[in-house]
Amino acid sequence: MPSKAQVVEAHGLTKRFGDRTAVDGIDLSIAQGGCFGLLGPNGAGKTTTLRMIMGQSPITAGTLRVLGLDMPDAVREVRRRTGVVPQMDNADPDFTVAENLKMYARYFDLSPRSIGARIDELLEFVELTDRADSPLRELSGGMKRRLSIARSLINDPELIVLDEPTTGLDPQVRRMIWNRLRQLKTSGKTLLLTTHYMDEAERLCDQLVVIDHGRIIGHGQPKEMIETQVEPHVLEIQGERTAIDRLLESCPDIRLETVGELHYCYTHNLAPVLSCLESAGQLTYMHRPANLEDVFLRMTGHELRD
Amino acid sequence: MTAAQLSLPRPRASAFKVWFRNLMVWRKLIAPSLFFTFGEPFVYLLGLGFGLGRFVGEVNGMPYLTFLASGLVASTAMNTASFEGMYSVFTRMVHQQTYDALLATPLQVDDIVAGEMLWCGTKAVLAATPILIVSVLLGAVDDWTAVLAIPLFYLIGLCFAGPAVVVAAFAPSYDFFNYYVALLVTPMFIFSGVFYPIETLPEFAQTIVQILPLSHAIALVRPLVAGEFPPVVGIHLAVLVAYAVVGYLAATVFIRRRLIT
Repeated sequence: MPSKAQVVEAHGLTKRFGDRTAVDGIDLSIAQGGCFGLLGPNGAGKTTTLRMIMGQSPITAGTLRVLGLDMPDAVREVRRRTGVVPQMDNADPDFTVAENLKMYARYFDLSPRSIGARIDELLEFVELTDRADSPLRELSGGMKRRLSIARSLINDPELIVLDEPTTGLDPQVRRMIWNRLRQLKTSGKTLLLTTHYMDEAERLCDQLVVIDHGRIIGHGQPKEMIETQVEPHVLEIQGERTAIDRLLESCPDIRLETVGELHYCYTHNLAPVLSCLESAGQLTYMHRPANLEDVFLRMTGHELRD
Repeated sequence: MTAAQLSLPRPRASAFKVWFRNLMVWRKLIAPSLFFTFGEPFVYLLGLGFGLGRFVGEVNGMPYLTFLASGLVASTAMNTASFEGMYSVFTRMVHQQTYDALLATPLQVDDIVAGEMLWCGTKAVLAATPILIVSVLLGAVDDWTAVLAIPLFYLIGLCFAGPAVVVAAFAPSYDFFNYYVALLVTPMFIFSGVFYPIETLPEFAQTIVQILPLSHAIALVRPLVAGEFPPVVGIHLAVLVAYAVVGYLAATVFIRRRLIT
């Protein structure tokens, strides 16, 4: 056993559905504390990996230890000590907010009497105190997601698994959720999160892996990955293809990626490219620093995934 | 089918948590729920019991109202458990993703199936007992022996829950349930002796009816409602128990197959 407990330790973790390999022999080592990100395009195998970690999906091959326990044998113990925020909110529509939390506490063998104070605390944490007695149908999408987060904390979990926690939410709610997740990190919980929002991963994750076609194709700290994997400057350019070609000829030090009508120009040296752009004319452009999205697109390619 | 899917169910006391959840939801929706389960049999009881009863007089040595009421309580238990096992289970499994929420807690698929079965039995009692009470008020019930029908409602519920949950496990959408209702539930309701004695059916039809469970349920419930103990108990009870057990095993296997992927 390593001295510092690994919250998740997977070797050659594999999941096949018939002929299709959803997760193809991945290794994961997630340390205690902090936020670990699982990034990848749709269908990359992120959710399947989470389902195996939660003991909801049988493992085809490989070994998996969660919270130091062998899976899938320890499924109940692992779930007892883990919280889950699902991709699709699935709180009971027939119960109120508080009733949902009370009922969920029961599933963890927490008695409804002993849990009262904790429910108040959790409702305050996700700012739903004044909605405690609201039926679910009166809640907005953002409120439902916040309820899911409160629910995932009912058993005071060591590990919190979040499957695309801010998908479909407005910017205010996203920021509020990010703040709460940072608070959870500070309080010593381990967060495991999937997302395809690179800004989210960049803000929250201390470590991440990029998965595509069921394989890990990159890993590291977001900042370090941006520094090592892509050029620091990005110019997003729009304009005639001929003008772009002229730019490529006059400016040899650039890497160009094209997504539909938009061209991404990557460079280490900004000034010469800017002067090339000025002389090429007919091009509108915007300069920004490289971010995790550029790393992600470089690794996974630009073609559409469904 | 894998060995894990086919292994014997391992239900635990946690199944009662699933049962309790359903009970709490039912309590919230008690008005529409009772209206739905109560309304139709009540109309049959009044309309056919009094309307048709005047022409029919006595059947099998009992007033037609008693004959009909005793059949209707049994078929209400069947209908309630069947609809709960199909529509409600499907809603919780697919549309509400309730099972997904449960499977993020220490509960497991076997607990869910066992909890749903227990709940279907309970719901059968909750639906059939009010019809029995109304039958008492209408003077269709002869004796306290009718009280013994209530635990039978539970068994009838269990007996129809399993097959219904199996159908839900295969269902791609709600429309799929029409097949099961049209091919089995409705024919049982019409042919299994709710409205007339099965002895009036041609021999081959009687054989089919006796393979299906509702006629056995009625064979036990009807005498109790009419104020006597059933002359034959063993075989009828055995058929109901067999359907409940086999249905439960099959429901566990097929819900596992649907949920554990």
